Amino acid sequence: MLQINDIKKNFGPIEVLRGVTFSVDAGECIAVVGDNGAGKSTLMKIITGVYKASDGAVMLADKEITGTEPGEIRELGVEMIYQNLELASQQDVTANIFLGREPTMRFMGWDTGVIDFKSARTQAQEMIRQLGARLPSVDIQVGNLSGGQQQSVAIARALTFSPKVVIMDEPTAALAVREIQHVLDLIKELKSRGIAVILISHRLTDVFEVADRIVALRQGVVIADERTGETTMQDVVAHIVGAH
Amino acid sequence: MPNTEAASSGASPASAAVPRNKGALRVESLIVLAILVAVMAFASPYFFTVPNILNVVLATSTIGILALGATFVIGSAGIDLSVGSILAFAGVIGALVASTLGLPWWLAIPAAVLAGAFAGWINGLVITYGNVPAFVVTLGMMGVARGVALLITDGQAIYGLPAPLIWLGQGRPFGIPVPALVFIVVAIILHFVLSYTRFGRHTLIIGDNERGARAMGVPVRSLRIKIYILSGMMAGLAGLLTTARVNAGDPTAGMTFELSAITAAIIGGTNLFGGRATILGTVIGALIMGVLQNGLNLLAIPSFWQQISIGVVLVAAVWLDQFAKRGRE
Repeated sequence: MLQINDIKKNFGPIEVLRGVTFSVDAGECIAVVGDNGAGKSTLMKIITGVYKASDGAVMLADKEITGTEPGEIRELGVEMIYQNLELASQQDVTANIFLGREPTMRFMGWDTGVIDFKSARTQAQEMIRQLGARLPSVDIQVGNLSGGQQQSVAIARALTFSPKVVIMDEPTAALAVREIQHVLDLIKELKSRGIAVILISHRLTDVFEVADRIVALRQGVVIADERTGETTMQDVVAHIVGAH
Repeated sequence: MPNTEAASSGASPASAAVPRNKGALRVESLIVLAILVAVMAFASPYFFTVPNILNVVLATSTIGILALGATFVIGSAGIDLSVGSILAFAGVIGALVASTLGLPWWLAIPAAVLAGAFAGWINGLVITYGNVPAFVVTLGMMGVARGVALLITDGQAIYGLPAPLIWLGQGRPFGIPVPALVFIVVAIILHFVLSYTRFGRHTLIIGDNERGARAMGVPVRSLRIKIYILSGMMAGLAGLLTTARVNAGDPTAGMTFELSAITAAIIGGTNLFGGRATILGTVIGALIMGVLQNGLNLLAIPSFWQQISIGVVLVAAVWLDQFAKRGRE
């Protein structure tokens, strides 16, 4: 589904990614692990179009998407849930779920640019209901929600437009135990629906519960790409810290 | 679709306890305006008469139109210090077209508005593609636009405008001053744009979280450029109306008006750090300043006190906002 071919990225003289290659199939969950500064977040931002790769290609269903704008990449079905969620805290839940994709009203075939608030609100409510998220209302300002509720909003935003690939950056880092299980169950659910999931996590117990493969990054290169069933937590830790 | 948590209620109808986002207008500013009007009406029997109220709206219109642009700029976490100078620049261009160049009078309207839009476009380009902070870019434009206005007029005001153009500043159809009408019409249009369109929504979202907006596909750069163009257009329109009202293209017009415009937007509840703004709030903010000025005039209080009072009102408005925020948290 998603293929990353020899991606390189340097910020000035600093090489953050030095040729990263791996792929994710539909219905598969890949965990990307690595120490701070290994290049995980940079790689994800290249996939979503926020950063431009210095070299290499990202392919979505055999079509190159490298260099495409973030909005177009979302249109193509690649969604990311950022570690800091990237919500607009002074806007309500509906506005955040439809951020960048507000449904607008048409007049004789023309896009008027006027937001269809009713349709957005109804769809947002439906999405929140399907996710089973506990929110008092979709009209509440996101800044007034708890951390777990805010994450539900970010997840709803990623899933509303039937994505093909979902990237999650440390989705469980800031959550309570019960909420962590909720997110892990969600990842399994996405897999069963044929969605490719890339999970970035420091929590190896989570990784071993949901990931099919584990890709370890160190200093901008893939130093291990192993099936979860064929490796152990000790091995993965060793890859991350570079003991091999 | 995933339903991973057993038995949860999902989204329920809006509960009364939670603040709703819609109508982010601060009631405080409306209360302040009401108190101010009551005090002035009590202090001066002339205040609450139709001619005087129209005077207030006329006096508010120039700052008000600038403040409408400032609402978008500050709502997007930007700042535009150049609107006072752009007002003079565009006003001079309008006078030049209609008077010196002897072109049809109505060409002064697009000329002034486009002159303002052009200056705003330059602001936007340098801010977004040059990565120069808006404060610096618009401070620079403040000097440049003023300088160009002085340069092309050789420091002298341009007189001798055609009558229809003067009507735009001095005419009173149905007793209502034209600038006041323009202010009201533009305010209604921009209220609709800010509250109901993607452009308005995205303006507030890039003010709230620019990086997140970009990651979600909002075209941040082109949006920012459009916002500064809008601010420039408002300054151009205000410049044209000023030229028409005083019957002269004055290169020294609009000095420090940017501060009044920003003040009006902030008093009206625009978040100084972006993400929250309403046009209705800004209109109320501009009226507060207009009423204050008018009232102090009626009470024959020296104009120096007006400056002091507006400064105090600005700081008090922001302080009250911070105070209320702390109360909520």
